Amino acid sequence: MSGLVAITGLTVAFSGQPALRGVDLAVGRGEAVGLVGESGCGKSVTWLAALGLLPSRAEIGGSVRLEGEELIGAPPARLERVRGGRIAMIFQDPASSLNPVHRVGRQIAEALSLHRGLEGASARAEARRLLDLVGIPDASRRLDAYPHEFSGGQNQRVMIAMALAGRPELLVADEPTTALDVTIQAQILDLLHSLRREFGMALVLISHDLGVVSETCERVAVMYAGRIVEEAPTERIFADPRHPYTRGLLGALPPLAGPKRRLASIPGGVPEPWAMPPGCAFAPRCAAHRPECDRAAPHPLPVAPGHRAACLRATEPAAAEPVPA
Amino acid sequence: MSAPLLEAEGLVRRYAMRRGLFGRGVEIAAVDGVSLRIEAGRTLGLVGESGCGKSTTGRLVLGLERPDAGSVRFEGRPMPPPGTAEWRRLRARMQMVFQDPLGALDRRLPIGEQIREPLDIHGLLDPAARQARVFDLLHAVGLREDHAARYPHELSGGQRQRAVLARALATGPSLLVADEPISALDVSIQAQVMNLLADIQARFGIAMLFISHDLRAVRQLSHRIAVMYLGRIVEEGEPDAVLHDPAHPYARALVSAIPHPGRAVRRILLPGDPPNPADRPPGCAFHPRCPAAVARCRAESPALKPRADGRLVACHVAQGEAEAPIRQAA
Repeated sequence: MSGLVAITGLTVAFSGQPALRGVDLAVGRGEAVGLVGESGCGKSVTWLAALGLLPSRAEIGGSVRLEGEELIGAPPARLERVRGGRIAMIFQDPASSLNPVHRVGRQIAEALSLHRGLEGASARAEARRLLDLVGIPDASRRLDAYPHEFSGGQNQRVMIAMALAGRPELLVADEPTTALDVTIQAQILDLLHSLRREFGMALVLISHDLGVVSETCERVAVMYAGRIVEEAPTERIFADPRHPYTRGLLGALPPLAGPKRRLASIPGGVPEPWAMPPGCAFAPRCAAHRPECDRAAPHPLPVAPGHRAACLRATEPAAAEPVPA
Repeated sequence: MSAPLLEAEGLVRRYAMRRGLFGRGVEIAAVDGVSLRIEAGRTLGLVGESGCGKSTTGRLVLGLERPDAGSVRFEGRPMPPPGTAEWRRLRARMQMVFQDPLGALDRRLPIGEQIREPLDIHGLLDPAARQARVFDLLHAVGLREDHAARYPHELSGGQRQRAVLARALATGPSLLVADEPISALDVSIQAQVMNLLADIQARFGIAMLFISHDLRAVRQLSHRIAVMYLGRIVEEGEPDAVLHDPAHPYARALVSAIPHPGRAVRRILLPGDPPNPADRPPGCAFHPRCPAAVARCRAESPALKPRADGRLVACHVAQGEAEAPIRQAA
């Protein structure tokens, strides 16, 4: 798979407090990558930084390349063409991303004018085609509706239609189904899956839900306190997780079958940015913690092809506790 | 079977809603004939999607809202009218925990004082013993005594939900209504709070009405589960029976929508949006989205009644009263 986006050593700090502490992540053409972690781990900040969407007080370092072209520090005009063009992003709350006083057809047409130079009747026809594509029934009439006339799931479909307006090579979906009901979540995940198959579009799915990511993505990266701590093909992350944090996340999920057991909750909470532990950021919560964990932040170790984990004990599977089934 | 701690019979709650700026008022039934019982020390899980009436059911059960029809009995006696002295005495024995702990706490008061407040209000214990009780409660929910002096913004989300729980436990309730108590928390913190709820139940013998959209969490904590759709319970039974072999087509879709880590599952995709209580379809409210609907479902609303195996199901097809449609090849 050829590389589309390559993120290397990306760092972000807000008034001196680190939010990202060196993120390396590659997304291939047409690939679906899941980015998992809890609130504040930096999974959204990674892509906001990559697309130049952070406020100017954010201090950004490292590199984000789109097929070799550097995006960090690129001029605003250049980034504006990339955003919504080659890379589109959708967010958790579609209602606040749409303008409540404009009809959705006009909002999609605006994106079409910006990224593809379509105007008037041709823009309207294309907007109708996009609404149809994302599964809004009666698309030609619904073009004239306002966002409040749509349900939450339909608004997310409208956002996806707008994101598709620029024919993106990569769609970054930031918790796209978190605000939706489970049966509607299933519809939206199904839609993302079929769009990807149809257009060969790459997808980065940002989520706190390992289940959602596992069904949609081929590869998963787990983030903790501003770093990627484990990355692997999806089957491997569930079958053979090597980082204690990944194991903890899997153990915290109540099982759907088998005897009920006490959940393997991770003790404590995420460290504050101003009080990062000296070595591994997960060490204070880790059951397998040893003195050498506090010396330096561990580098990712290769475990298997495409599988690496930033833990000193990543290569010794028997040493750590197995994940209960 | 021993008399249940709480028994609700045929609860109905209607709201008046205006359609559009100059529209005529319409009446919508948020809860439309819900009956449930909760045994002492046990948990009933109430599942469903937004707008299905599960939160309203929780408020009706506590007497925070008066039903338009139906009744609630607590320990065999009818619920006294809200606002009366008798109701307030009863309320000390039934507490509620909500999704958003920050919204449930007073930002201007240290949490120790907030945990103590119900003791002051209900005049429980002599004032000197109340502080000791606050420390006991903090320990019971896994907080430290020095947390008593902290303000809500100084605590993490999980710690705040623990503080809310400590306050709910202050009066020694025998029933806890928990409305999406873990939805706003991170995955690893959700597990901590679920473990804590199970510990509290084991230690104090509290009965729980656990309201959630999360079937995994509901299985983890409940002894029975009830699935709601558009103001009615459509299926009720043992958690594993309902989750492993759901009988109602809506319950089936809900179960198949649960993401399975590391497993590709075939899921039932329901067409259409979550239903609008203001626009309740005739017959079975689920029929426009139902893959199994037959002619009878459009005309006649199915009653919730037991099947041969004891499971309560409200579906003509699942009860064998109507021919299932010929399945199309998927």
